[in-house]
Amino acid sequence: MPDVAAFLMRTHGRTRFDWTDWVSYAYLFTGLFLMFGPVLWIVMSSFKTQAALSEFPPSFLPEGQKTVQIKGQEGRSPLFVVKMPDGTTRELAEIRRMGLMATMVDPAKPDEEIQVNINDRTKTREIRIATENYTQLFGRFAFGRYLWNSVFITVVATLITLLFNSMAAFALSKYKFAGQKAVFLLIIATLMIPPTIVLVPNFLVISNLGLLNSLWGVIWPAVATPTGVFLLRQYMLTIPDELLDAARMDHASEWQIYWRIVLPLTAPALAVLAIFSVMWRWNDFLWPLIVLSRSELFTLQLALNSFQGELQTEWNYLLAMTVITIIPVTLVFAFLQKHITTGIAASGVK
Amino acid sequence: MSTLQLKKIDKRFGETQVLRDINVDVAEGEFVALVGPSGCGKSTLLRIISGLEPSTGGDIVLDGKRVNDVSAADRGLAMVFQSYALYPHMTVYQNMAFGLENVGTPKPEIESKIGAAAKMLQLDKLLQRRPTQLSGGQRQRVAIGRAIVRNPKLFLFDEPLSNLDAELRVQMRAEIIALHQRLETGMIYVTHDQVEAMTMADKIVVLRAGKVEQTGSPLELYNRPQNQFVAGFIGSPRMNFIDATVAGQSGNALDLALSGFENQPPLRLSVDSAASIAQGAKVTVGVRPEHAYVVEGSSSDYTIPLKVAQVEQLGGHGFVHCNLPGSENAMVVQFDGQNVIHAGSEVNVAIPAAACHVFSTAEGAPVLVSASAR
Repeated sequence: MPDVAAFLMRTHGRTRFDWTDWVSYAYLFTGLFLMFGPVLWIVMSSFKTQAALSEFPPSFLPEGQKTVQIKGQEGRSPLFVVKMPDGTTRELAEIRRMGLMATMVDPAKPDEEIQVNINDRTKTREIRIATENYTQLFGRFAFGRYLWNSVFITVVATLITLLFNSMAAFALSKYKFAGQKAVFLLIIATLMIPPTIVLVPNFLVISNLGLLNSLWGVIWPAVATPTGVFLLRQYMLTIPDELLDAARMDHASEWQIYWRIVLPLTAPALAVLAIFSVMWRWNDFLWPLIVLSRSELFTLQLALNSFQGELQTEWNYLLAMTVITIIPVTLVFAFLQKHITTGIAASGVK
Repeated sequence: MSTLQLKKIDKRFGETQVLRDINVDVAEGEFVALVGPSGCGKSTLLRIISGLEPSTGGDIVLDGKRVNDVSAADRGLAMVFQSYALYPHMTVYQNMAFGLENVGTPKPEIESKIGAAAKMLQLDKLLQRRPTQLSGGQRQRVAIGRAIVRNPKLFLFDEPLSNLDAELRVQMRAEIIALHQRLETGMIYVTHDQVEAMTMADKIVVLRAGKVEQTGSPLELYNRPQNQFVAGFIGSPRMNFIDATVAGQSGNALDLALSGFENQPPLRLSVDSAASIAQGAKVTVGVRPEHAYVVEGSSSDYTIPLKVAQVEQLGGHGFVHCNLPGSENAMVVQFDGQNVIHAGSEVNVAIPAAACHVFSTAEGAPVLVSASAR
């Protein structure tokens, strides 16, 4: 722990705070606030009740008004601290309100009604973590279904992306053939075409193949990525050709060379592409929105969108779902990032 | 036990001709070294033999069968690469097993083969390590082990020792020689180091600029180099070359006036009476440092006075580097034991006529008079 503290408190001017320290810390904290603030706010808000969410001014912590069950009343009544005319304060529950006057009772003596001006009272607040936002998600919506759709698309598309892109990269980096450069340039050139331009042609292709309203209709157009081919090709160029020659002398077929020699050695680059692909597919919105119109095929992103009803939006569930949507990408990144650094470290040691 | 014949091998990369008209025979169990300066095409030739590179012309005949169109995998040869080319993500065991697995060898057999090879190469304790955890010499052994386990028809070595330090190189050299004697399998060994070629090979093929300059046993090349290039390439330190002019020829005697020593009586060599060289022709006289010697007083051999530029004392023997007048070449003379010659002094260097080679000054032209031809 002292090491961590020392690391975090590190300064440029050895013993005291240099002006560069002030600048860099200010810069870093601004960045942290800008990047992490909204995420933190969403996480905190996802634990608020529907009522707490609509409160103004909003609070950072998931607080809510304390409520009690009063005998003879339907539902729970909100609690207030009331300043009595004699100067004392009492905690009373509101049972009715008409204009500026509220009818309140002491929870201990539910029969004795007291008229209170609403200016003389303040809400009794408590920390209330609304875990039901999460627990009820699964029952209330076909949440499991959406999650499965998202996971299926992400995992399958990523696996196919890695396979196809690495095969293309292998051919482009390790074989000499006529038009090799042209093919590579063509692939790279597609980077310049904005996705929205190919939206309609893609839709026509998918529609004619009968893949509309199918998860495969989301997966297939996404698996061939020029970025992936480029990334893997550049990495594979660094694998010495002598290794391939050695494998050929070892009676390995070209597929075995690809599968058993080149692919394992490309692992660090594959990890990077896997991260990209998972993030792309998981966060993808526009294309699934076009291909998938039946709600049982919705991904989480589409479901999130459909939650915003025309008349009312259940913000507490929407926020909880948003948090769940963020978690996998965050985990994948955190986990594979470590893999990348170790990969780089391992290949760096010669 | 296999034989290999290369017949009229040609190789071009686009416009550049890398190899031309290469003819080499490798007899059963023979150790052949392909040697030459860098860029002479020796590695390309090895890759053509291995099947990794197609030849543009000519035939490769393995055990009497033309194998030009047989893939590298199916030729049954094994290659040890300069960079060792060990698979970095596999353990030593997996590296050696890879080739056997590919040909569908049963597991127990793989184990016993690797066990035997590992024992022979002292790799038993390293089988579970990865190549990055091995020293240069160990990696080299693994690369050789990987070649051995497949019982190849021929071993191909591509400058296998060039990445090792001097001491390890000598040690590995001895190990490869021992291995060759034990396995009795033919080996083709590419190197740019003539010492390696001389010490290891049964037969040396000297290549330059894609052409075979001379083929022969190490001593044949040493004693009877066919041209000035081979003469300079084989032997260490290299042969001394002195410009000369033919002063006259009578019968078996050829008189040469050495450049810078024209006022001395000419150097008289005995030659084959059939050899006739025009008077006044420019030639180059070659004599090896170990054949020339420093004399005090008079000698029966032809002597020239030279100024000493540098003396190398190695203890057991040493070398005197002298300036040749009117030439950029130094004249290196070996001496036995230790010596008291100092740089800057004048010495008399004796050139025994029987040890002289005479070359035409034209580049690559055949030798005119070879020492052992007399």
